[in-house]
Amino acid sequence: MLYILIPLLPFAAFLILGLFGHWIKDRAHLVAVPAVGASFLFSLFVFAEVAGGRNVTIPLYTWLTSGDLRIELSLYFDRLTVVMLLLVTTVSGLVHVYTIGYMHGEKGYARFFAYIALFTFSMLMLVTADNFLQLFVFWEAVGLCSYLLIGHWYERKSACDAATKAFVVNRVGDFGFLLGLLLVLYSFGSLEYRHVFAQAADLTNDTINLLKPFGGEWEVSTLTLICLLLFVGAVGKSAQVPLHVWLPDAMEGPTPISALIHAATMVTAGVFMVARLAPLYNLSPTAMDVVAVTGALTMVLGATIALTQTDIKRVVAYSTVSQLGYMVMACGLGVYTAGIYHLLTHGAFKALLFLGCGSVIIALHHEQDMRHMGGLKGTLPITYWTFVIGSLALAGFPLTAGFFSKDEILIGAWSAGDLGKVLAVAGLLTALLTAFYSFRLVFVTFWGESRVDRHHAGHVHEPSKTMTVPLLILAVLAVVTGYLGIPEFIAPVLPSPAGAEAHHGGSAAHGIMTVATLLGLGGIAAAYHIYVKSPGLPDRLAQRWQQVYRLSLNKWYVDEAYDATLVRPTVRLADRLWKSVDVAVIDAAVNGVARGIGWCGWILRLLQSGQTQHYALGMALGAVLILSAYLLF
Amino acid sequence: MAIPLSYYVTLSAIVFITGLVGVLIRRNIIIILLSVELMLNATNINFVAFSHHLHNVAGQVFVFFALTVAAAEVAVGLAIIIALYRSKFSINVDEFQLLKW
Repeated sequence: MLYILIPLLPFAAFLILGLFGHWIKDRAHLVAVPAVGASFLFSLFVFAEVAGGRNVTIPLYTWLTSGDLRIELSLYFDRLTVVMLLLVTTVSGLVHVYTIGYMHGEKGYARFFAYIALFTFSMLMLVTADNFLQLFVFWEAVGLCSYLLIGHWYERKSACDAATKAFVVNRVGDFGFLLGLLLVLYSFGSLEYRHVFAQAADLTNDTINLLKPFGGEWEVSTLTLICLLLFVGAVGKSAQVPLHVWLPDAMEGPTPISALIHAATMVTAGVFMVARLAPLYNLSPTAMDVVAVTGALTMVLGATIALTQTDIKRVVAYSTVSQLGYMVMACGLGVYTAGIYHLLTHGAFKALLFLGCGSVIIALHHEQDMRHMGGLKGTLPITYWTFVIGSLALAGFPLTAGFFSKDEILIGAWSAGDLGKVLAVAGLLTALLTAFYSFRLVFVTFWGESRVDRHHAGHVHEPSKTMTVPLLILAVLAVVTGYLGIPEFIAPVLPSPAGAEAHHGGSAAHGIMTVATLLGLGGIAAAYHIYVKSPGLPDRLAQRWQQVYRLSLNKWYVDEAYDATLVRPTVRLADRLWKSVDVAVIDAAVNGVARGIGWCGWILRLLQSGQTQHYALGMALGAVLILSAYLLF
Repeated sequence: MAIPLSYYVTLSAIVFITGLVGVLIRRNIIIILLSVELMLNATNINFVAFSHHLHNVAGQVFVFFALTVAAAEVAVGLAIIIALYRSKFSINVDEFQLLKW
C-alpha cells in the first residue's frame, strides 16, 4: 500500500487541482505540498526496506494481453529505484515549497501546482517502471509536463516557441526510442526488463540486415541497434549533442521548473535509462563507445558555451547540459555507479543553483541579465551563501558533493581503457571550464559594483521564508550527499561491463583527484582574476579572441545550422506544398466537386417551372412509361 | 344480351383520357378540378364493370369510397380555389407559379 501511495499521492493532487483549480486558486499549495511531502516520507520507508536487500515488485494491473504478449503495469523497487525516488521526491517537495513564494499571486498558480504534481507522478512512475512500455509511456508523460510548464506563461511568444521547440526536439529522440522499443519486442517477444535481461546474452551474435527492403546487405548487431535506438531517446531527453538545443530555451519556463525538470529530474531520465538497461548496454561495446563519446562531446560543448552567456539561467542551463554529458559519458564507459552518483549530487546542487537564480530574479523584478546585476552579496546574503555552496559543488571544490562524484567519474573513466583515458582528459579540461564559468557567475552576479536598474536598486531584499528554507536545505544536501556512501549502495544493482574492473585507490586515482582539484581551484582563481581584480579584462579578452568568443556566445551556431538545414527548408517545403498541393490539388478537387454539383443543380432547376400542369404531365408520362413497361415485359 | 366488358373498359378509358387531357391543357382551375372528377369517375366505371364481371361486390364498395373521397376533395378543392381567387382575382392556373426556382 505504502509503495503504491508514493506515485499515487501526487497524482491525486494533480486530479484535485486539475479539476477544481478554479475554485482552489491560491490555496493550491495546501493540496500539493502535503501530497508530495507524504510521498517523500513513504519513499524514506521504502528506502529503508529496500536497503535491507529486498527488491519489491508490485503488480498493479494487466494492461493488455495479446497472444504471448502480456503488458503489466507494475512498480519495481530496487536500490537504483529508491535513490531516484528519494531524489525526485526531495527536490520536488522543496520545489513545491519554493513555488509558494516564487509564483505567489500569479494567475496560473493552481494550474502550475497541478502540472508539477502531474510531473512528479510521471517521474515516479518512470523510475519505478519494470517494463519498457511503462518506461516509454511515462517518458512521454514527463515530456508533456515539461512542454506544459515551459509554456506556463503562454501569453509570451518566446515561451510558446521554447515549449514547441522542446517538444519537437524531444519527439526526434522519442522516435528513436520507440523504434528501439519495437525492436526489443521483435527480438525478445517481451517488454519486461527481467525477461529481456535474461535472454540478452543469447542474442549477442544476432544480426539484422538494415538494407533488406532495398535489396542491400548491411548486417548490424541487433543488440547494438537496440541500444543505439534507445540511446537516441536518451539524447533527446537528456539534452545531449546534437539534440541539446531545447534545454537552454526551456529556461523560458518559471525558475522552479528549471530546477525540478530541467536540472534535477527529467533531464536525467536518459542517464537513468542507460543505467537501468546496463545489462543490455554491457553486451554492446560499440553502443557503449557511442554513448561515451556523445557524452564527452556534450560535456565539452556545454561548458564552452556556458563561458560567455549573459543570462544567468542560461549559464546554469548550459552547465546542466555539460554535467549531463559527464553522467552519460560515465555510463558509456561502464562506470554506471559514478554516473548515477553524479546524477544525485548534481540533482541537489543544480536545483540549488536554479532556485538561487530564481531568488535573484525575483529580488530584481524578473531581471535575468548578469550585466544588470552585481554587488548583491550584501543585500541577498542567504541567496549568496547558498549559491556559493552550489557553485563550489559544481566546480568540484574539495569536500563538497560535486567533488566526490566528479572524481568518481574521472577515475572510473581513466581506468576504462584507451578511450576512457582520452575522455578523462577531456573531463579534466571541462572541470577547469566548469570552475571558471560557475565562479564567473558568482562574481559577476554578487560581487563588484551594483549595476542594478535604479528603480529596483533601493528595494532589493531576500525573498520570503518559503523560498530561502529550500535553498538552505539544498545547500546542506549539496555537501552531505557526498558522504552518504551512495556509490557503494547502488553498485550491486548496476553490473559493470565484462572485463572492466574499477581500480580504486591506486596512484592514478590520487593523481587524477589532485589534478582535478588543482584545475578546479585554477578555474576559480582565473575567474577571480578576470572578473574581480581587473575590470575591463573580459572585454579585452573578447576583443583579442574574437572568433572563439563569437563561437561560444552564439552557441557554436548549432541553432543557426538547424535553422538553415532543417527548419527553413521544412518551412519552405511546407509553403510550397501548401500552395501547389493543398490549394491547387486538394482544395481544387473539393471545390471542383462542389462546383460540379452546383452546375448540375443549375441545369436541373430549369425543370422546376412552378406550373402545376407541367408536373402533372410528368406524372402522367411516368405512369404511362411504367405501365407500358409492365405490359411489354 | 349483356354488354361485353370491353365496352365498359373502352368507355372508361375515353373518359379517363378526356379528364387527363383536361387537367393538362386547360387553364381554368375549376375546369381542371372537374377534369379530375372525370378521371375519378372513369375509374369508378371500371370498378363497377369488373365487379359485375367477376361477381365480386368488393369493387362496388370501393366505388362508394371513391365517391366519398371525391366529394371531400371537391369541397377542399373549391375552398382552395376561392382562396386563390381572393389573392389574385383570377383563377387562371398560369398565374400561380410561386413554387418556382
